[in-house]
Amino acid sequence: MIGFENVRKEYPGGTIAVEDFSLEVASHESMVLVGTSGSGKTTLMRMINRMVDPTSGRVHIDGDDVAGLDPVKLRRSVGYVMQASGLLPHRTVLDNITTVPVLRGTSKNEARSRAHELMETVGLDAALASRYPAQLSGGQQQRVGVARGLAADPNILLMDEPFGAVDPIVRGELQQELLHLQRDLRKTIVFVTHDIDEAFLVGDRVVILRPGGVIAQIGTPQEILADPADDFVASFVGADRGARTLHVERTDGQDVVVDADGRAAGVLDAGGRSTS
Amino acid sequence: MNGNPYLEAFDWLADPVHWSGPSGIPMRALEHLGYTALGVFVAALIAVPIGLLVGHTGVGKGVAVAAAGAARALPTLGLVTLFALMLGIGLSAPLLSFVVLAIPSLLAGAYSAVESADPATVDAARAQGMTEWQILSRVEVPLGMPLLVGGFRGATVQVVATAMLAAYVGNGGLGRYIFLGLGSQDYPQMIAGSVLVIVLALVLDLVLLLTQRLTAPRGARTA
Repeated sequence: MIGFENVRKEYPGGTIAVEDFSLEVASHESMVLVGTSGSGKTTLMRMINRMVDPTSGRVHIDGDDVAGLDPVKLRRSVGYVMQASGLLPHRTVLDNITTVPVLRGTSKNEARSRAHELMETVGLDAALASRYPAQLSGGQQQRVGVARGLAADPNILLMDEPFGAVDPIVRGELQQELLHLQRDLRKTIVFVTHDIDEAFLVGDRVVILRPGGVIAQIGTPQEILADPADDFVASFVGADRGARTLHVERTDGQDVVVDADGRAAGVLDAGGRSTS
Repeated sequence: MNGNPYLEAFDWLADPVHWSGPSGIPMRALEHLGYTALGVFVAALIAVPIGLLVGHTGVGKGVAVAAAGAARALPTLGLVTLFALMLGIGLSAPLLSFVVLAIPSLLAGAYSAVESADPATVDAARAQGMTEWQILSRVEVPLGMPLLVGGFRGATVQVVATAMLAAYVGNGGLGRYIFLGLGSQDYPQMIAGSVLVIVLALVLDLVLLLTQRLTAPRGARTA
């Protein structure tokens, strides 16, 4: 379990990134922090592995205050997948994936055989092992990033807009694969994004943040859609534009689900649920 | 002395007498290389750690840049004379001057090498749990290696071209031919000495250029 208790982050010069934030993330849960830039979502996530230290307040993992943990050891025990992959350009795919296990003292052979397994898990061709990041597509680089994040088999996985830099089709694939992975691995995931659709897809629960790390609403995607807390949330999730208000129209003998603007969202299947 | 001094310089260079013995060209060239290597080595011991530290932490960058700029402006002949007056005839004075001459290039090469690493890459390395030393030694230095070697290249070429000043205060090296020639108005010998220094500088520059190419990180070259 990850806990934030009255966390505040103020930078020298007076900029307040996070005013007063409290949250509990249950083990094996995937929690998405979503907000625009300036919402403090990345700052909050980086407090978990001490890439950022709060000005006041406490962050704890399974009851241990992270302030009392050695940052280097802590970071090696927490998986981190970042935007634009953050791979080391001078190391091969295999060496990138084995970075953390090797830092933790796992033998090179063991780390490598595990890395080969992970490449398969994240859908990377084994032939790519000896390539350098610059020789891969953006989607492949992100897969390597995910494999690297999982390499030391951490309980916690931090994901900072991991699919933000790839095209929509590849992003869709990567999101689906993350869902499959999570079904098997049951990691505690803290996922940061500015894309509400991605948040609703990936998150068991979603935190919608206003600027300054103020929680506008927290809940499952269903709860938030069913009952947006206020106009800010309604606007953020698109409910005010009618993008979330779907109704059924009958066309050519099929029940077609359309939104308020009349755009088709999917067809209604026999069970009565919309599929997209 | 009535002929063309340039042609006579080549005659001088071609004379087998000048290619053997303790004052022969191979020995003088070795001395010259030795002074250069020693000067650059001592300068590197001082400048490279400071440059890496400044590049990694960003602390003291203004001071380092200013000091490097100021050191570049110092006239080396003046320094050799000054140090020789303080330390006497011998190798200490010219060597000290070569160190001062080599430091700016090495310092600039070291900190720009570290600074050249993409901040996002460095951030990622830190987030994976690398210590600051590991970030420096496994990420920043390998990625910036061509710039670091570039600093050595600049320093070496400057020192090798200046190392003839060692002979000005009684030492060996290829400068001997230049100062001997100057003293006895033996222009062919002076020119021959100069040509040898130029050739040595060009060869070293080429070798270090190749080293720079070879040390470029493999993955980054395809980027």
